[in-house]
Amino acid sequence: MILFWLYRKWRASRQRQEGDESPSRRLGRPATLPSERTPLVLHQARYDLVAFGRNGQARFFTLILPILFLVIFVSVFGNHRVGPMQVKASTYYVPGISALAVIAGSFVNLVISITTQRESGILKRRRATPVPAWVLIAARTLTAIAVSLGVMLAVLLIGRFGYGVRLPSSTIPGVIVTAVVGAFTFCCLAYAIVTVIHSADAAQPMVQAIMLPLYFISGVFIPNVNLPGWLKDVAMVFPVQHLADGLHHAFDPATTGSGIVWSDLGVLLLWAAAGLAVALTRFNWTPAVAAS
Amino acid sequence: METGGNNREHSASHDGSSSSNVRATSGRLSALVCRAAGWESWVVEASAQQSAGSSPAARSEVAISVRGLRKRYGSFEAVAGIEVEVRHGEIFAFLGPNGAGKTTTVEILEGFRSRSAGEVSVLGVDPAHADGSWRNRVGAVLQESAPEPGLTVRECLRLYAGYYEAPREIEETIALVGLEEKADSLAERLSGGQRRRLDVALALIGDPELIFLDEPTTGFDPSARRAAWSVIAGLRSLGKTVFLTTHYMDEAENLADRIAVIAAGRIVAEGTPQTLGGRETMSARITFTLPAGVADSELPAELQARSGKANGRLTVESERPLPDLGLLAQWARSRNLDLPDLDVRRPSLEDVYLRLTEDNVQADGR
Repeated sequence: MILFWLYRKWRASRQRQEGDESPSRRLGRPATLPSERTPLVLHQARYDLVAFGRNGQARFFTLILPILFLVIFVSVFGNHRVGPMQVKASTYYVPGISALAVIAGSFVNLVISITTQRESGILKRRRATPVPAWVLIAARTLTAIAVSLGVMLAVLLIGRFGYGVRLPSSTIPGVIVTAVVGAFTFCCLAYAIVTVIHSADAAQPMVQAIMLPLYFISGVFIPNVNLPGWLKDVAMVFPVQHLADGLHHAFDPATTGSGIVWSDLGVLLLWAAAGLAVALTRFNWTPAVAAS
Repeated sequence: METGGNNREHSASHDGSSSSNVRATSGRLSALVCRAAGWESWVVEASAQQSAGSSPAARSEVAISVRGLRKRYGSFEAVAGIEVEVRHGEIFAFLGPNGAGKTTTVEILEGFRSRSAGEVSVLGVDPAHADGSWRNRVGAVLQESAPEPGLTVRECLRLYAGYYEAPREIEETIALVGLEEKADSLAERLSGGQRRRLDVALALIGDPELIFLDEPTTGFDPSARRAAWSVIAGLRSLGKTVFLTTHYMDEAENLADRIAVIAAGRIVAEGTPQTLGGRETMSARITFTLPAGVADSELPAELQARSGKANGRLTVESERPLPDLGLLAQWARSRNLDLPDLDVRRPSLEDVYLRLTEDNVQADGR
């Protein structure tokens, strides 16, 4: 049922894309009239999104996996009261898995696709054209943020209609702002981490090796109240904890106000800045193993 | 067994692509060479282009100019001081064995690699400072690049068309590389030869003045190579300047107006396919086997002096093959001998190329 629903959602997004195309078609030959073209960033983002939609592996790791985790964790913990706020398991896991969904849509998605495209010479070929580097990066980042929000929306809808988890309407801005900042941060970190991955085969194991331990200690998979103090301190350093915490807070029925936790956003943005700094100095468009 | 003249004619006309027992001018000879391999149309096209290219003064402008180019990786010098000049509208082949420095050079010209020394100008710009407006005028087919994942042929071209100021018509470009039937197929499902044609289409979509092709047919089967060649030859009629690297001698001979041979980072020869390495002035080789019981010493002294023996066959180096053949024929007839495996051969471009690159490797090894 979930698969069917996701498929329909995907079809709908494709139809929307095709709908976008028709006005430019009516203008005649869009390819030869730069002034009438869509902005280059959106042009690139559109094709990045089409390519993402047709990639079965990307769909599995970014769309299906978070939903599987949600179903499994809620099923295992049932209606136990969990977490520091002693909320229902489903109320705990919808925001936690939303954090995972955001990370899957941004970090996991980007690291794998950028490494693959760099190592197979696709990025290099694009750089042989006049397209500015920032356009390629901005478009790919926009796509990743859009995918992140889409996957999170899927998780929220399943939570709402499958498990009756209601989002307090006052905290909707908090959820959106936290998710967007989180997706942006993990995009920056993706651009940083690809500088140390030297083959497409290594990308998938590498992201899982980084993320799985963080999911466990950051309250995504299990409530971290039971963790020893030092492990909590370790988790506090990393961005996963702050994204999950921000979303948990917004979903907490006891939360009043916008649901934005500024300290969590601050830490996320610090990580974004660090990732950006590494990416700007180390990012490479050409394959790590240079052809002779 | 082989007594009639028929056999001899048969062997003379069909023995190898570069066989000829006619002393000819270099142009006529190359025409014969090409016709033997079925390349007449190319020769006609090439000579038409050359005459058209030489008349308007504007066309003499230089597209690529390289002076004293060097590239060092640590103590290894991949490019050791080369000079290259490519004119507008010309197909220029950079020919050399693997590891000779071809890709290093072309990547410096494309603005992907820095250089250690020398001056480089591509369309009047130093590619080390390449900007968007320069890239609008230059197309590149890289040595290794996978197709865009998840996009069809037409979508790939639409995506790339968006990068350029004044792109070519998409359907026309698809037709130019012969991918009309594959326009809606995913690019990653194309065969190797079709992918390469898509690469050419992507390099062409911005309607550039200059196109770099880095080993465009490496690993292709013969029919895919022919198809790629016809696409590249088609660039000539669009008036594009083409800088081609290859390690296939026949590819350079087939496509290029001019060839530079690079070996161990140095240019060892430069010229047209007809004149490369002094090919047009090289002596021919007359080769035959003497019938059993006839000693080498029985040959006319004039021929014997220039002969050598290898694998039972005699080879006579001949500056003027026709008089030498006359002498040989007279001698054979007077003794009622036949020379059924008689072969007259001028050095092929491949012979010249192998000699040039081998000499250099030996020189380098010392």
